[in-house]
Amino acid sequence: MNALIIARKEIHQAVRNRWVLASTLLLAGLALSLTFLGSAPTGTVGVRALDVVIVSLSSLTIFLIPLIALLISHDAIVGDMERGTMLLLLSYPVARWQVLLGKFIGHLAVLAFATCLGYGIAAAALIATGSRIDSDSLAAFAAMIGSSVQLGAVFVAIGYLVSALVRDRGTAAGVCIGLWLLLVLIYDMALLGVLAVDQGRSISAAAVDAMLLLNPTDVYRLFNLTGFANVSSFAGMAGLAQSTTLTAKVLLAALLVWTFVPLGLAAAAFSRREL
Amino acid sequence: MMKTVRISDVTKDYGRVKAVRGASFELGQGELVALIGHNGAGKTTLMKLMLGLIRSTAGSIEVLGDNPAAGQFAGRRQLGYLPENVSFDAALTGRETLAFYARLKREPVASALKLLDAVGLGDASRRRVGTYSKGMRQRLGLAQALIGHPRVLLLDEPTTGLDPELRQTFYEVIQRLATEGTTVLLSSHALTELEERAGRVIIMNRGVKVADGSIEKLRNIARLPTKIRLKVAGLAPAALPSWLPGGAACRRLNGHIVEIDAGPEHKISLLHRATAAGSSVEDLDVIPPTLDELYAHFLREAEKTP
Repeated sequence: MNALIIARKEIHQAVRNRWVLASTLLLAGLALSLTFLGSAPTGTVGVRALDVVIVSLSSLTIFLIPLIALLISHDAIVGDMERGTMLLLLSYPVARWQVLLGKFIGHLAVLAFATCLGYGIAAAALIATGSRIDSDSLAAFAAMIGSSVQLGAVFVAIGYLVSALVRDRGTAAGVCIGLWLLLVLIYDMALLGVLAVDQGRSISAAAVDAMLLLNPTDVYRLFNLTGFANVSSFAGMAGLAQSTTLTAKVLLAALLVWTFVPLGLAAAAFSRREL
Repeated sequence: MMKTVRISDVTKDYGRVKAVRGASFELGQGELVALIGHNGAGKTTLMKLMLGLIRSTAGSIEVLGDNPAAGQFAGRRQLGYLPENVSFDAALTGRETLAFYARLKREPVASALKLLDAVGLGDASRRRVGTYSKGMRQRLGLAQALIGHPRVLLLDEPTTGLDPELRQTFYEVIQRLATEGTTVLLSSHALTELEERAGRVIIMNRGVKVADGSIEKLRNIARLPTKIRLKVAGLAPAALPSWLPGGAACRRLNGHIVEIDAGPEHKISLLHRATAAGSSVEDLDVIPPTLDELYAHFLREAEKTP
């Protein structure tokens, strides 16, 4: 109940501050431009226009959603402490985990709204321009939106953990940018480099799977690009899709773990903190 | 009298800094207590300890039957707090802010919103808090502290930034609450304001409680002289009235007023002499030691005894 009161206030604030508007417009704009520019290679006769969109849009999501999520969340605890609003809030009859959970629900709702609306517009535009879309593609698209929200939840939770641990807002922002670079860019490059050097001699397929599970953006990528047969052939991931033993359920579970472990750690760090 | 706050032998260290050292006191229902001491004396730390925002290094704290540091917060529904530099989310309006805090305390929003008029924010209540001046934020801070008729009110420097008129209403409000049974603990630098209002004064110095009691009791302990000012007719400049006993500390003020420092035991006999037949006293003022002087006295005493 307390968490919901706080969630409601966070949503209210996000609407006021134009966060909702800005992120929805950004996601919708990029999704629409990818939908129409991205379909150029397949031409208008491409029967699987939506599958192409899923490939390009999920690649975009990997960069953008973590960034938006970290932008909203890195400030949540340390920022409120610096502004002094946390001091007053915690003098009220609320537990700290309720404050954190409330913020999480609120921020995730904002992100989910922006993602569903922004990406939904792209799908609607495709349908409106007369592309034929079968139910398989629609299911894959819905799964993409759902997993994008889950990816957002992962990075909101990671942002809270940073926010609960550091001393000031600047540090929180810096650490979050570093984490974003690491998880979105550097990790994959390093993994690729290691695999190329190793040439499959000592690193087993299971080890590769484990290393992919250690990065939530890779989990998301695997889920969307290998989870649906049609999509994976477009994404050039069919090979990986055959070799991996990670099923969609395992990948979704991994994203949930990646959400609740940082969130739990953030709650623990926050409850020990003194104001 | 029912005790609402119990502090026993509480110590709080921040690393090497000892913010509070072995402080003990109890606050009862309906008491209006002033917590004074200069910056860094431990006033804010004590309030944060009572709210459970920080944990004590040693000692125990009980507020409305709860141990605040143990994460028990049922009692906080009946607790109002105004932090020293109160701040609110700038994007929300005054009404929205107050409604949010009322919901957290499970108090009806409509009655909480009436507090906005009580603190003189009625006209500005639909404006964003970001546009408020310091004084207006302070009023909003007071309004939120008063939500739901608290049984314990902790006010950290509540009157800074308030204009004199609002100060008056503020003291009226908290005095009414105190007579209705609320425990009010307020810290302040404005000692003259507190003098007539606080039923009890707690003086802190470097984390140690150096004095605790009503102003009369503190005056008795401090034994500071009362100032007696006399207007004497026909007295030559620099001369002193002949009836003054030798050795009495006295001085001349602006030409025609004689000021005498009278110790508590000499006060009455001096007044008898001054008003005895034949003395030429035209007017007389008795000024007991002010809270300012008491405060300075207790701090000096505390510094002498290490």
